[in-house]
Amino acid sequence: MSWEIVLGLEAHVQLRTQSKIFSPASTAFGAAPNTQAHMIDMALPGVLPVMNREAVACAIRFGLAVDATIAGSSIFARKNYFYPDLPKGYQISQYEIPVVQGGAVTIVTDQGLKSIALTRAHLEEDAGKSIHEGVEGLPQGCSGIDLNRAGTPLLEIVSEPVMRSAKEAVAYAKALHSLVTWIGICDGNLQEGSFRIDANVSVRPVGQVAFGTRCEIKNLNSFRFLEKAIEVEALRQIALIEDGGTVTQETRLFDPDREETRAMRSKEDAQDYRYFPDPDLPPLVISQDWIDRVRSEMPELPNMLRERLVKHYGLSDYDASMVVASRDTAQYFSEVLASQATDAKLAANWVMGELASSLNREDLDISESKVSPSQLAGLIARITDGTVSNKIGRDVFAALWSGAFESADAAIEARGLKQIQDSGLIARFVDDVIAANPTMVEEFKAGKEKAMNALVGQVMKKSQGKANPQQVSDLIKERLSAGV
Amino acid sequence: MAAISPFSDLASLAKALSGKAISVPELVQIFLSRIAADTTNSFLATNPEASLAMAASAQKRLDSGNSDGRPATGNGPQGFSLVGLPIGHKDIFVTRDWPTTAASKILKDYRSPFDATVVERLELAGMVGMGKLNCDEFAMGSGNTHSAFGPVRNPWDLQAIPGGSSGGSAAAVAGGLLPAATGTDTGGSIRQPAAMCGLTGIKPTYGRASRWGMIAYASSLDQAGPIARTALDCAVLLSAMVGFDEKDSTSLERPSEDFANGISEPVRGAGDPRLPLKGLRLGLPREFFSDGLSTEVRQAIEAAIAELKSLGAETVDVGLPRTSLSIPAYYVIAPAEASSNLSRFDGVRYGHRTAGPKDLEDLYCRSRSEGFGKEVQRRILIGTFVLSHGYYDAYYIQAQRVRRLVAQDFDAAFRSCDLIVGPVAPTVAWAIDAPIKDPLQDYLADIYTLGVNLAGLPAMSVPCGFGNGDHKQRPIGLQLIGRKFEEKQLLKVAHHFQRATDWHQRTPTMGASE
Repeated sequence: MSWEIVLGLEAHVQLRTQSKIFSPASTAFGAAPNTQAHMIDMALPGVLPVMNREAVACAIRFGLAVDATIAGSSIFARKNYFYPDLPKGYQISQYEIPVVQGGAVTIVTDQGLKSIALTRAHLEEDAGKSIHEGVEGLPQGCSGIDLNRAGTPLLEIVSEPVMRSAKEAVAYAKALHSLVTWIGICDGNLQEGSFRIDANVSVRPVGQVAFGTRCEIKNLNSFRFLEKAIEVEALRQIALIEDGGTVTQETRLFDPDREETRAMRSKEDAQDYRYFPDPDLPPLVISQDWIDRVRSEMPELPNMLRERLVKHYGLSDYDASMVVASRDTAQYFSEVLASQATDAKLAANWVMGELASSLNREDLDISESKVSPSQLAGLIARITDGTVSNKIGRDVFAALWSGAFESADAAIEARGLKQIQDSGLIARFVDDVIAANPTMVEEFKAGKEKAMNALVGQVMKKSQGKANPQQVSDLIKERLSAGV
Repeated sequence: MAAISPFSDLASLAKALSGKAISVPELVQIFLSRIAADTTNSFLATNPEASLAMAASAQKRLDSGNSDGRPATGNGPQGFSLVGLPIGHKDIFVTRDWPTTAASKILKDYRSPFDATVVERLELAGMVGMGKLNCDEFAMGSGNTHSAFGPVRNPWDLQAIPGGSSGGSAAAVAGGLLPAATGTDTGGSIRQPAAMCGLTGIKPTYGRASRWGMIAYASSLDQAGPIARTALDCAVLLSAMVGFDEKDSTSLERPSEDFANGISEPVRGAGDPRLPLKGLRLGLPREFFSDGLSTEVRQAIEAAIAELKSLGAETVDVGLPRTSLSIPAYYVIAPAEASSNLSRFDGVRYGHRTAGPKDLEDLYCRSRSEGFGKEVQRRILIGTFVLSHGYYDAYYIQAQRVRRLVAQDFDAAFRSCDLIVGPVAPTVAWAIDAPIKDPLQDYLADIYTLGVNLAGLPAMSVPCGFGNGDHKQRPIGLQLIGRKFEEKQLLKVAHHFQRATDWHQRTPTMGASE
């Protein structure tokens, strides 16, 4: 039997506000434990929450970015459960009426663009952290509680169960990650937990309409883990069903070391959260005026930019979506185009190719690139006008990356990388190579294309790469056909 | 130093201070001595040093000749400055100068790092804090018998309850230990003890007083207010207590009001000064005068209504048909909110923690079982139940519907009257050692006060008589209920009533403390 995977994702996005969602404490990461816990975060007797309007503005921003409905009035509820890092004994969250309703995020799949529908996005507060091992100053077996994170604003973004493969889920998670950082509501830092994913996974025989029973895999904080977790969970469910078993609805944890998921708690012992509207907070009212104000401050969104790149610059959907994968990349690319490079396709190849791999190699962010957009634009201009070949261009790029040159032109000049324009010199190289490689010539004449490449390679080597390969290839063909 | 009666109202004490008949430290010392000899168990904490320090700085303020440049509250012809006047705080308000326990073992010795807004405002107005007052644990109760630190006795009759939950507040003022106190009212907890102790108390419109620093019982119902001897005292106190507070999202952004200004004027402005209530329509809800009402209370209320009529008011019959439903609605909503509000008392960060818990669940269960009293546990259980999956719609949602209907009843009644009058409670104070009844019987005692909280209206209690026979020393209160934000009218009517009567001037003859 063949199986189909059905996936829905919940993303917990930490909002980039100065202060917490209901208290004036700072949200900065990494402070000494409990130094950023206001008495509201500690739930001292008599304290009350006050809504942070900055967090609401973030939610509006997101709602506009995904073309969702922004509720004119939404409700905060209390989700009641006991845990030491949840000081009030309840989490303030939105339950029945969330602030953002509907919307969609576009992803690129092998089959082209796909729109991932969203169910909702709601505001809530994060809990603190329980640290069960190695807390300084505490005896063995004691847990420490750090309330610095308690009350950090979160936007929980829930997708519809419309994804059908781990790849799609990752593409969606990446697109969402890109979007929330693009619009500036999240710093996107996965290691610090600023962007956490829960995946709802179920399987069903291909052709079946009804959904299978789902399991929720909690707290995936890397795209790689997300992909792996979904794959192993789907296989687990399929194997279980094929062996005659049934999937039970439960929450599971992914163990990246053993590459397996493990049950955390089942539906039977699921908590009754006793949601009810928080009487300390009046309904969150958002005026059209406020929405308009947020809209006027929105940057151009990745979707719009992607369409522009495809329509006006002739990029493929894939290239365009790679360019808009992050706001910094898009920014870099735009600056390259704005300088002097007119060949957008070539620019995209360079940004996604040589630049990306250099950044990768040195673990740098594109904003820290050692080759500036205008330097790269200068290089692309020289490739376009034939001054250097694409291959030599890589040497020029390396020279720029080393920081030794101001511009591509300076590097080409100093290193003598200019393409040989003297056709007499190239003709001499060609003749020498033909004379020295009779076997290859024979092979070419016998119809072996490979031999041609080898001959061109020999000439290029002789010219130290400075000949124009097209010119070389044309000349060899001309010589050999004439010489028959 | 002139002889100052500890049963003086604030207005008289203010006059004595401004006329230099007595100094603030002397005045404070009189009350500190009375508190030290208390036989009613009204106080949970005092801090004479802190009180005397406040007294000294208040005296400086008085000596410097102005009330520090702040707009004085009650600066109309009838108003007075609060500088140097003593006040006590219900132990539901968090304070830095005294421990705050909510009369619960779970917060025994708890010290708050901040002051409640209400406390802060009264101190800014120059009042001298005298300590923390006993109450029902977490304000849950109607007799002040549910305090972890023992019941409060009624100074009028030490065998009787003082009412609750602000029982310590009322008993302390009635017993001459304080001239005024703060209270909180979730279902009648200011009005009912004020009534049972022969005092004047007002619960303002929901949202008037900041709840910042008021330990939450039922957030959507809780309001702070004063308990004092007279309507004028309450008017001046309330003016200082209320006002928008950005730290409480449910507090209302309304301009500040001086409730004492014009309190002696007739309700309709000009007119016959002997008929100050002329033009006022008093609504008498049938449901407040039905079978459950005791004869002695009925008689006192009817006499009070006759008095109001003699001052020019007319009466109209009104209906509040959902009155009886307000009890189940209240006892679903209030416990629901309480069950969640009290979750923070878990033994983890502060308050009582059980000894040697074997695991986390044990820590929670035993800390809370040991820390909370029976009535609090009962309400947490009720609240947890009504919010549970499968019951939520049938209880909580249904109760919210009833709550809206109760509010609509009041709206409808106010179309034909300006003010609703009736009893505060169906009976006078009951015996402190009355056998523990069915808790449902206790809940029924709140029948006339709960609806006001469900509807968020302002209401007050005004002394209007005493019981009969064995109950001769048990005061009765008249309840006045107003439209939203019409505290001023309530206070005005009460003030005119008090000019014509002397119930509010009666004082108990306490064998033990005289």
